[in-house]
Amino acid sequence: MGETARAYRVLLGSRVRSQTSYRTSFALDVLASLTAGVVEFAEVYVIFHNVPTLGGLDLTAAMLVFGLATLGFALGDLFAGHLDEVPTLIRLGTLDVLLLRPLPVLAQLMTGDVQLRRLGRASVGVAVAAIALARTDVDWTPARLALLAVTPVAGAVLFAALFLAAGAVQFWLVDGGEFTYAFTYGASYAASFSPAVLPLPVRALFSFVVPAAFTAYLPTLAILGHAGPPWLPGWLGWWVPAVAVAGWLVAAGLWRLGLRHYTGAGG
Amino acid sequence: MRAVGAFAVAGFRRYSAYRLSVAAGAFTNSVFGLLRASIVVAAVGTAGGTLAGYDERSAVAYAWITQALIAPVAIFTWNDLALRVRTGDVAVDLARPVDLQMQYLAADLGRAAYVVLPRALPPLLVGALTFGLAMPTTATPYLLGAVSLMLAVTISFNCRFLANLSAFWLVDHRGVVNLYVLVSNLLSGMFAPVTWFPAGLETVARLTPFPSMIQAPADVITGRLDTAGSLRALGVQVLWLGITLVLARLALVRATRRLVVQGG
Repeated sequence: MGETARAYRVLLGSRVRSQTSYRTSFALDVLASLTAGVVEFAEVYVIFHNVPTLGGLDLTAAMLVFGLATLGFALGDLFAGHLDEVPTLIRLGTLDVLLLRPLPVLAQLMTGDVQLRRLGRASVGVAVAAIALARTDVDWTPARLALLAVTPVAGAVLFAALFLAAGAVQFWLVDGGEFTYAFTYGASYAASFSPAVLPLPVRALFSFVVPAAFTAYLPTLAILGHAGPPWLPGWLGWWVPAVAVAGWLVAAGLWRLGLRHYTGAGG
Repeated sequence: MRAVGAFAVAGFRRYSAYRLSVAAGAFTNSVFGLLRASIVVAAVGTAGGTLAGYDERSAVAYAWITQALIAPVAIFTWNDLALRVRTGDVAVDLARPVDLQMQYLAADLGRAAYVVLPRALPPLLVGALTFGLAMPTTATPYLLGAVSLMLAVTISFNCRFLANLSAFWLVDHRGVVNLYVLVSNLLSGMFAPVTWFPAGLETVARLTPFPSMIQAPADVITGRLDTAGSLRALGVQVLWLGITLVLARLALVRATRRLVVQGG
């Protein structure tokens, strides 16, 4: 056990050192990630500059949704975003090297390319959510505080599960890997505003098949005590931790299937 | 001239080799179109039917046409040149008897020519089937739109070329190219028409070539601008084409002066 922990520590440590040793590049990368978050928020702000509410949310509630979604996505992206490089690993045969090592492939992949620059975007999420919380008048109960604390973690798990499921599908797709962008980056986009604006079938898709609504919108409804639109009652927000666990289990199952399907490129 | 043509054909062929990837891109654009169109419909509805010059029909058309323009205008990451600068392969490009900028421009126009139909038609079709798409019924917007699109691709190319040239000065071009993509996405009107922006941001956007890449062709093709308005938009595009062309050329001259090719 100690040996295994040491192996991961060495892996992660090497990633951190390699990224921070070129300081200018690292600073620019963090700046780009931070700008990504700011630009995404600008998109939300541009809409609310013109209208007072969108999909039943005012600017403050929309900022809380955006902040939680961005934080959850950035953390999920940090640990699992690089899983969308699985097609490259398959094509280059790099995956075979990982299969030979005495550690689980998934754990190696997740720790093998942690990109610290993604913390830039996470900090935008934290800032926007903090401003929203300062502007809002919530009747704080211990349960609501707990939900607020657990939401970014659950959101990160859900986004990581989406990346994992997308990575698993690559074992069959290989060349059409970008199909999954619609559901990973699409989910990130869908999560950052109210699904009440979506037509019912699209709303159902981005809530119950691709659980984008669970990463920020539903917990926000639960915290603010809103009723929610048809098909998405606010009390569903309390189920976010359970949905995150279930989402991860489904994605992990898919990954196992995919890995079993993989036969290597010969040699 | 024939050599330049060969680069255009090569650009066309290179992208036509990855059909599944093109289909995947069109699919993703269509899904984002559904999300964006839903947002603008809700926004225009809440605003009372019109929002800064767009009613529901024109806002929906705008949301879908901008998704259709993503691939031809190449608004997302393009780092072909920067990667060749980093590996030194750019020396090979420079040794060719065709000007470097012309090689890449020709290849980029070839790329755009291939992707324009397979990447633009699927999202427009999905838009027409789901939200309904109010497209013009006369020929003029399409003719002017085709010219506007070609100008947009070329302006976009000049700017991407410029961002890629930073690789001559920086060890790692990634930060600059990523920042460029983000800024161009916001200011081009990709997310929402520039007229929806707060006044300050709109002024900033109008002082850049970015609205000429997305907003201009979108407004011309969807017929939101009348003929006179379209011609004015084309005029602004020609102006930016000239400015970005000269800037890219000046930067290239300075960059090649920095280049030291060893060995040989």
